[in-house]
Order: sequence, then C-alpha cells, then structure tokens
Amino acid sequence: MGKTSCYHCGLDCDKKAILFDEKSFCCNGCKTVYEILNTSELGCYYDFEKTPGTIPSEIQGKYNYLENETIVEKLLEFNDGDTSVVELYIPSIHCSSCIWVLENLSKLNNGVTTSMVNFTNKTLRVTFKNARTSLKEIVELSTSIGYEPYISLDDADAKTNKVDKTLIYQVAIAAFCFGNIMLLSFPEYFQVDGFWLEKYKYLFRYLMFSMSIPVVFYSAKNYFISAYKGLKHRILNIDVPIAIGISVLFIRSSIEIFLDIGSGFFDSLTGLVFFLLIGKFFQQKTYNFLSFERDYKSYFPIAVTKIIDAFEASIPVNDIVKGDRLLIRNEELIPVDGILINGNAAIDYSFVTGESVPVSKQSGDKLFAGGKQTAGAIEMEVVNTMSQSYLTQLWSNDVFSKTNEITIKNITDTISKYFTIAILTIALFAGIYWYVTDSSMAFNVITAVLIIACPCALALSAPFAIGNMLRIFGYNKFYLKNAETIEHISKVDTIIFDKTGTITSSDKTQINYEGENLIEEELRLVKTVLRASNHPLSRSLYRFISEEPFEEKPTHFEEILGKGIQAAVNDNYIKLGSSSFLEVNSNTTNETSIYIKINNQLKGCFRFKNSYRSGLDSVFSELSRQYKLIILSGDNDGEKSYLEKILPTNIEFYFNQKPEDKLQFIKELQSKGNKVMMVGDGLNDAGALAQSTIGIAISEDVNVFSPACDAILDAKLFHKFPEFLMLSKQTIGVIKASFIVSFCYNIIGMYFALTGQLTPVVAAILMPLSSISIVVFVTILTNWISKKL
Amino acid sequence: MEVVYITIGVSIIVAVFFFIAFIKSVKSGQYDDTYTPSVRMLFDDELVTTKKENKQLNNN
Repeated sequence: MGKTSCYHCGLDCDKKAILFDEKSFCCNGCKTVYEILNTSELGCYYDFEKTPGTIPSEIQGKYNYLENETIVEKLLEFNDGDTSVVELYIPSIHCSSCIWVLENLSKLNNGVTTSMVNFTNKTLRVTFKNARTSLKEIVELSTSIGYEPYISLDDADAKTNKVDKTLIYQVAIAAFCFGNIMLLSFPEYFQVDGFWLEKYKYLFRYLMFSMSIPVVFYSAKNYFISAYKGLKHRILNIDVPIAIGISVLFIRSSIEIFLDIGSGFFDSLTGLVFFLLIGKFFQQKTYNFLSFERDYKSYFPIAVTKIIDAFEASIPVNDIVKGDRLLIRNEELIPVDGILINGNAAIDYSFVTGESVPVSKQSGDKLFAGGKQTAGAIEMEVVNTMSQSYLTQLWSNDVFSKTNEITIKNITDTISKYFTIAILTIALFAGIYWYVTDSSMAFNVITAVLIIACPCALALSAPFAIGNMLRIFGYNKFYLKNAETIEHISKVDTIIFDKTGTITSSDKTQINYEGENLIEEELRLVKTVLRASNHPLSRSLYRFISEEPFEEKPTHFEEILGKGIQAAVNDNYIKLGSSSFLEVNSNTTNETSIYIKINNQLKGCFRFKNSYRSGLDSVFSELSRQYKLIILSGDNDGEKSYLEKILPTNIEFYFNQKPEDKLQFIKELQSKGNKVMMVGDGLNDAGALAQSTIGIAISEDVNVFSPACDAILDAKLFHKFPEFLMLSKQTIGVIKASFIVSFCYNIIGMYFALTGQLTPVVAAILMPLSSISIVVFVTILTNWISKKL
Repeated sequence: MEVVYITIGVSIIVAVFFFIAFIKSVKSGQYDDTYTPSVRMLFDDELVTTKKENKQLNNN
C-alpha cells in the first residue's frame, strides 16, 4: 500500500483511508471539514494552501458547559440580549488560510454577523445574533473545522487587556513639536541680517515656546515623576539628571525669550525629549502572542461535568465542593484532587511535571489536579476543593503576591549616581569661578553645564542595546519578558535545571527492549495486537516497532482497563501489559513498561524512558565552566548514575523535590547571596521560577504552554542556551563601551559650557549628533556580536 | 511680508490637522494589528463573487 496523504490535513493515511469525492482523508473529522467547506462553496480553501487544518479532537459533549448561563456571561465581551461579542484565543492560527476560513464563519453559521482574526494575537472576535446561534455552537463549529479555542479559567476573570497607548501619544507630540520648532528656529541660526527677521522673530519665538509646553508637561512628565520617586527612595536614578536638564532647558529658554536675550534652546529641548522617548519605545518589545504571567488558572478548565443522581450538569470549577462526583472526559484536565471511582485512567501529567508518559491508575487511587485524562471518560470523587489542591496550594505562597518591584538596580542607574553628583559639583564650582571673575556669566554657565550634561546619549545606549538584543533573541525564539531580563541574566552565577521536561524531551519517548531477543515474526504478532488498542502506550509502542503487522485481525481480543491486552493471532496466544497483569516480579516500580508473554512464555519488556535533549552534554560542559550547575528534580534518583556519567562532574543533584522544596531551595541559595537562574517547564516549577532571579521556561510549543516566568525558550533551541547567556553578558559590555563614548561627548560639550560659549546652535548640533551616533554605535555592535547565533 | 503670518498660520493648521488624524487613528486601533489586514485584502476578490452567489440564492 503506497503512502497517501490526507487531502485536508496532510497527515499520512497509514491505516485505512476514507475515500470521499475521489479524495482520500485520514479521518472522519477531515472528511467532515471537507464536506462543510465544499457545500458552503468554500472549496477554493484548498487552492490557497495545501493541508490547511489540523485534526479536531473528539468534541462530543466537551463544550456542554457553554450552556451554563453564568459561564457564558463571563466569557462574552458584550451582550445586549440581541447581539453578543466574544473574543476567542485560538492557538492553532498559523497561516493565511486560517484567517480566510475563520473570517468566513458567517457562511458556515448564519447567526454569525462578523468574525475578525487578529493574527499576531491569535484571537478571533465573533459577533453573533443570540436568537440564531449560541456560543456553544460557534465554539463547536470552529473546533470541528480544526480551530479549537482555548478557554480556561483565566478567561472568566475580569478582563483588563487594554493596551497603554500613552507612550505613542507622547512620542507623537514630541515628534510633531520637535519638527516644527526646528523649522521655526532655523532663521535665527543663520542670522540673516534682515529687517524682517527682527520684526518676526517674536512670532517665531512665542510659537516655539507654546509648542514646547506640551512636550515638557505631557511628553516628558514620566521623567519628572520617576526622578521624584527616585529621590524619595534616596536613589539618584538616570531620570534625575534628565529631569534637571529638561527643566533647566525650559526655564532658561523661557527667560531668554521673555527678557529678549536670545532665542532659547527649544529645539534642543524637544529633540532631547523626542530621542529619549524613542529609546523608551524601542525598548518596549512585547510578544503579543505570548504570556509571561500565566498561573494555574490559564490551564484549568472553566467548567467541569458534575454527576448528580446519574444526571450530568456543568458547573464552574470554583463551585466544586468536597464529595462531588465529577465526570472527566477524554483529553480533559483534572481540576481538583480526588479519588478515581471508575474508568480507565491514564493520566498525562506533562503540564505539571513535564513527564509525558501517561500514568495508569486503578479505581481507589488518588488523582492530583493538573493531570490530563488520555483514555476515555472517568469518574472521580472530589477530595480537595480547587484552592486546597496539592498543586494550586503553591500559589498561596508569598512569591506570587509580591509586586514587580525592581530589586536589582539597572546598569544605567548605577552609573548615574556618580554622574549626577559629578555634574552638580562641576556646575557649582564653575558657578563660583564665574561669579568671581564675571558675575553676569554665572547664571549662563551653570545652566549651560546642566544642559549639556543632560545624559541623553547615556540614557539612550542601554535602551537601544537591550531593545535590539530583545529583537535578535526573539527572532531566534528566545523570548524575554522585558528589558531588565537581559541585565539580570548577565548577573547570574548559579543555574538550576529541572529534570523531566526540561533536560529531557517530552515529545520523544525512548523505548528500550529488555529480555530475550524477539524474532521478526514475534514482533509482527505484537504489533498486530497493538493495532487494535487505543491506549496511549500501545500507540507509541505500535509506532516504535518497525515490522509490518499481519493482515489477520486478532481473535479473542480482550483489553483489561489499566492492566493490559490479551489476544490470539494465528494460533499464538499473546499477553501484553503491566507486571502485575502478567504476574511477573518487577524490580523497578517507578518505570513505565510493557511486559510481553507469547504462548505463556515471558519474553521481556519494553521500557519507556524520556530521552534527553540533543546537545545536553555540550550545553552542560560549556555552562559548567562559568556557572554553578544544579539539577533539582521532582522524580526519584533512578537516573542519577546515568546523568552522572554523561554530564560534567561538578554538578549537584537533588531528587524527590516537591514544588515547595524547589522554591525553598532557591530561597536559601539567594539568602547566601547567589543570583539564581531557574530553568524549568511544568507547573510544579512555577514557584521556583517565580522565586529565582531569572526564571526561564523551556517550552515545546511556545504558543500553548509555559508557566509564569521571565523568559521563554523554544525547546528546539536548547543547545543554543549557553550562547544566549554569553550574548546577554556581551550586551552589557556593549552598553559599557557606549557609556565611554557618551562621556567623550559630554567632555566636549562641557568645554563649550564652561567657557561660556554654549550657544543654541552648538547645542542644536551637539545633542542630536551625540544621540544618533550612540544609537548607530550600539546597534552595529549588538548586531555584530550576535552574528554567530 | 505680512504674508508670513498667513503662511505660518496655514502651515501650522495643516500640521495640526494631520497630527489629530494620527492620534485618532491610533485611538481607533488602526495600528493594533498590522498583519491581518494585509492578508484579508488578498481574499477580497473571492468574497465579492461568493456574496453575489448568495444573493442569487436568496432571490430564488
């Protein structure tokens, strides 16, 4: 059988292809989508992009909770009884045909008035008529065509996703006034001795004055606020000399024009504010499609199915009380701790621990919140409510309530302390000197010193260097939360790694066979049996065995939930499953394995192991030269000896660490003065990620999953991790080099100021020149150092 | 040279007009999503034809 790929999703139709309309599909889902698209005459969807959708998961009953009025009300953005608006986050939006299909929802459902995609945010905004359709119908429709919205508990909380546009307005006003003032100040710079200049210069001057007012009092207001706050905390931050510079410029210029002494420095003033704001704007690189603030609420479902006297009802998760019976369907998340009552539980805890192999549970076993059921529906009884569950309790720790106060002074502020003191001293001594020699010049010189010392170039170097680096990192799939992160990374001395999911890969499982060698026919037998099973472990073992299965169907097939399979193929009796099912004494209890018996004879077992990420040893050996490395794992120490073998010798290992232990461990290291970086992935690392100086989340799919952190690294680029750290350090070097350059400018300017020669023309040339050259300098340098990435 | 008053006045009025237009466009969210409209535009032709078909269906 040749390999055919599905007409809709492009996956291989390896088992049995469904033929419809002379085209082959891998599953019914894809066929349905094709039908929908075809009947609605959206068939040209396939002309634009080959293989447009992904397979929808089983949706039957999944969105029943959207019938609950209170839940729907929380999700809707707007509802006037007639029309409703809802914004759905759809992570699978990835190409132009996604936009096309989703914006044509109105053709698939006549209740939809408009649907609009925001591609960068991966959101869909749907306006619909309540009389003709419902939220549930829309969600089911978009799921059935392959765009499953991601609805979590977080969506139910009050929305405050208003984007702050103040900075844009501030930049716009500064740019507008700067441009106009520059034009208006040109005539006086060129000093054309014309009669008309004398006559109109007052008009020009007062226009400049009036245009500088919004710049000083609106565009630059944050510098005054920040300087005032800094002084209140007795910190001389960079905004103090900036605020002094701006106010001195404004006051002196105003005095000059009102007393008719000169034309003032309005162009330098507005130019200065404009450049500073541009720097701020450039530094503000945000990744709209990522979230760095996620807590467990982003992963937990908004509602759950409760069983009341054999009836099913959807209730919000917050209303779950102890003793409730819950129905967890396939692919649903367990929201609270509980006890399994019945059903075949294979729980995937990869959200929590990073471990991707599902854990089988028997009825009566305890289930912890955060696991995802992967094998059919189960029933469970609630033991703890949501806020008391094992996992969610972590969020009651103080780390999560602390506000984002900057604990480490940034590099610019460190230097500005000395800078401010130095310029104030120079201004004072220059003032005294000139007061003695020529008292009329004293005011002039003091203000000139304060104007020229205004650290525009100094304040610009860090934002541009870091802003550019943020972009370069983002381009290479290392996403940083904000500008401070780079500086923090450069100060780290200890790096802690979580094991499962962080240094192991969660999408690739390594399967090892142990025991008597299996001949080809035996492998084919095993595969034939596995073909009939839907258990996740069976599926991955089926893919692992490369031999072709027999054509015959197994007879006497029996799958015992949570235990194993028995079946007969070609008169061979085959039994697969756990050690207890096959009555084998197993020595390793913690490993996931499938034992095999053929004709009642034990052959061996397949062990499932997470494979380590490629390049792990080189990453560790490179990092161990500069950093203290620690592995902090929630698992048992079963793989300690293996890790010790492949990793450098100076690494510390700690196993069996609970989420709170990890947090506490980092706290202790920090109290010893260490700057700790935590690299983790699951929700169980969330506390440690929040406590550490820098928390980096490793994520297989950056759009879907990552706990709250300072930076997100795409798991595919784990091998580049040391280079990212190195570059962060070099960026700080670039900033320091640019500081030296900007000091040179200050010294040149200081010469003009101290000798009393600072005219508006000199300032108008020197200020933009220094700012622009610094920006060019750091941009070229940062691009150059990151060339090897 | 009294014309200077008029020319400067006019130039500033024009500049202020564009400035207000810019602020308004930012406020209305024109710059929030700079990617999707560029794609949406490509599908416009196709949308027109299907709309016509729909109308014909309604008329029948």
